[in-house]
Amino acid sequence: MSNTHKDYAGAKLGMWLFLFTEVLLFGGMFVLYAAYLHEYRADFHVGGKQLDVFIGTLNTVVLLFSSFAIAAAITFIQQGKKKLAVNFTYLTIACAGIFVINKTIEWRAKFHHGIWPDSPHLRELSHGENIFFGLYFLMTGLHAVHVIIGAILLSVMVWFMKKDVINQQDFVKLENAGLYWHIVDLIWIFLFPLFYLVL
Amino acid sequence: MSSNSLSFWEDSGNGRTGIMAWLTTTDHKRIGLMYMYVILAMFIAGLCLGLAIRLELIAPGRTIMDAQTYNTVFTLHGVIMIFIVVIPSIPAAIGNLVLPIQLGAEDVAFPRLNLFSWYLYIGGTLLALVSLFTGGGAPDTGWTFYVPFSEFTTTNVSVAVIAVFILGFSSILTGLNFITTIHRLRAPGMTWTKIPLFTWSLYATGWIQVLATPVLGITVLLIFAERVLGVGLFDPNKGGDPILYQHLFWIYSHPAVYIMILPAMGVVSDIIPVFARKPIFGYKTIAFSSLMIAFAGSLVWAHHMFTSGMSDTAVLIFSLLTFVVAIPSAIKVFNWTATLYKGSITVDPPLLYALGFIFLFSVGGLTGLILGSAGTDIHVHDTYFVVSHFHYVIFGGTGFGMFAAAHYWLPKYYGRMYNKTVAKVAFYILFIGFNLLYFPLFIIGLEGMPRRYYDYLPQYQEGHVISTVGSWILAVGVIIMLVNLIRGFTKGEELKGRNPWGAATLEWTIPTPPPLLNFDKEPDTSRKPYDFQGVTPDE
Repeated sequence: MSNTHKDYAGAKLGMWLFLFTEVLLFGGMFVLYAAYLHEYRADFHVGGKQLDVFIGTLNTVVLLFSSFAIAAAITFIQQGKKKLAVNFTYLTIACAGIFVINKTIEWRAKFHHGIWPDSPHLRELSHGENIFFGLYFLMTGLHAVHVIIGAILLSVMVWFMKKDVINQQDFVKLENAGLYWHIVDLIWIFLFPLFYLVL
Repeated sequence: MSSNSLSFWEDSGNGRTGIMAWLTTTDHKRIGLMYMYVILAMFIAGLCLGLAIRLELIAPGRTIMDAQTYNTVFTLHGVIMIFIVVIPSIPAAIGNLVLPIQLGAEDVAFPRLNLFSWYLYIGGTLLALVSLFTGGGAPDTGWTFYVPFSEFTTTNVSVAVIAVFILGFSSILTGLNFITTIHRLRAPGMTWTKIPLFTWSLYATGWIQVLATPVLGITVLLIFAERVLGVGLFDPNKGGDPILYQHLFWIYSHPAVYIMILPAMGVVSDIIPVFARKPIFGYKTIAFSSLMIAFAGSLVWAHHMFTSGMSDTAVLIFSLLTFVVAIPSAIKVFNWTATLYKGSITVDPPLLYALGFIFLFSVGGLTGLILGSAGTDIHVHDTYFVVSHFHYVIFGGTGFGMFAAAHYWLPKYYGRMYNKTVAKVAFYILFIGFNLLYFPLFIIGLEGMPRRYYDYLPQYQEGHVISTVGSWILAVGVIIMLVNLIRGFTKGEELKGRNPWGAATLEWTIPTPPPLLNFDKEPDTSRKPYDFQGVTPDE
């Protein structure tokens, strides 16, 4: 009997279980959003109108494209086209960078208007607006942290591909990193309408 | 497999020796033992804090500490016992030791992740200890970290909640690892209905760990964010709602009690048939009831909040669901009893502790129904009745389950047997001390003694005195039991055979102590886990 073995189905099962935990982590925040939207519908409307729909939309497009890029990278590694796989992973990381830069521009504009957690301006506004912006910073902030973690994870995958740890025969690591990237994208797909569109 | 018979004690498998061989091991048995040693140390710490609480309460007014110290002591007792001792006790320690072997596997699905979750556990534990001695003093919020107080207290809550977050992450990874192991690494022929019930219970537990713990994660992160950023999500002055915090907290922390109790139920389900020499009564219902408990137990959280402010409809639904959870729990108790009925019973220490579990858990479970009915809960909410109830369930249940598991499985891993007579004596002392400690608390709780109070009216003193004396007897029992186990595993009689109790699950078919890769021949999965035909004890 040997004690080294590869179990792709097991590795993917483990990853899916981990994705469940991510969904539930954000789930707690979505529950808060739902409860406070119910309580402060009018204030949420006022707050939502102040968000930058252009940057939000741009970031949505960037993330959707990045999901395509990482999916393409996985397909390429399966076909043995490692060069392309590496390049498309780089593309995904670049998208993550663009997303974070856009987010920074957006947040800086908010700070410029005197809106940050517990700011004097926010304390003068209504309770509902304070909660709205509090949720806005916490939820998009937690999401941005996940984008950064995802980018780091994908950088490690590039390194693995260059070291030939990931190759045409053994690419489950890249697949799992791709799954993680998709969940990061998916969470944004829910955050975007909730903050920028429906209010 | 080479023919040499080195056990996992001698064969580290990573080419290292000494302490480094342990700290870098990916062997599930070594990781299980490393969990156990830390849990044991923290259990003793938590026990001392508990004894200090009881000593303080022996008389009204100040006895040995001031009120602020008292607040921090019961907070620490709660945080240590819940997050550092009880939650990892059976799953992480005993589960790691036993689960892969019961499935016929060489290790868990992700051995390195397993070691990583141990390091997270150590990191979380150290951080929790750091929070005691740094910042504005040890946390004084109670283990529930209720807002708004936890947002504003000057004590070191920020560090403590990060510690809880890390411990939660460790628990998630253990659950994830076990679920994947059960799905993927069963030996050929190990069908779902041949999985021993202990492993079944860990399967149900794993799902709760994976699905409920992230909610705790986000909840404690929010406390941290509130303290650092002052967003005001739970602060009424800024439009927040403290009740929402309670909901989020209990969405995890109620299922967490099933993380604590389900594995103990699994331990009992494995022990009872062995010492009754009978197949377990209703194997499938016990396995299924574990999943039922995990599922229904996730829908009852708001029964902790009947007095917090909720619509009557919500109260009614949560009360009803709470009663629903009692059904699968009772199924297990009846099945254990039916297994014992007309069995050929040998009262060895593991069985004794398992029987102790059944009695104490039943008391705790039935008093839980009094708390679960909305009407009576109003009367006993936040009294010592609650304190007594959950100590019967968690200490009488999980604690005794852990003791039973230690007496049952550990001789296999150490290859030595403890003194059985001393183990039995320790049990009776423990059992008497336990009931003396907690039963009076039911009575003074019904009479209105509030929990968490530093001082009390003289009319409650009698109950408190009996309880404190009980705590001393309990402590004596714990000491005798632990000393006996430690002596047994270092100097006790060596086990020659593979199967000291005559059990039929796979971990008893391998050499004692187990070799690094567990099996010296292909695991024989033809036998049902509780079919004792032709199985005899082999010491």
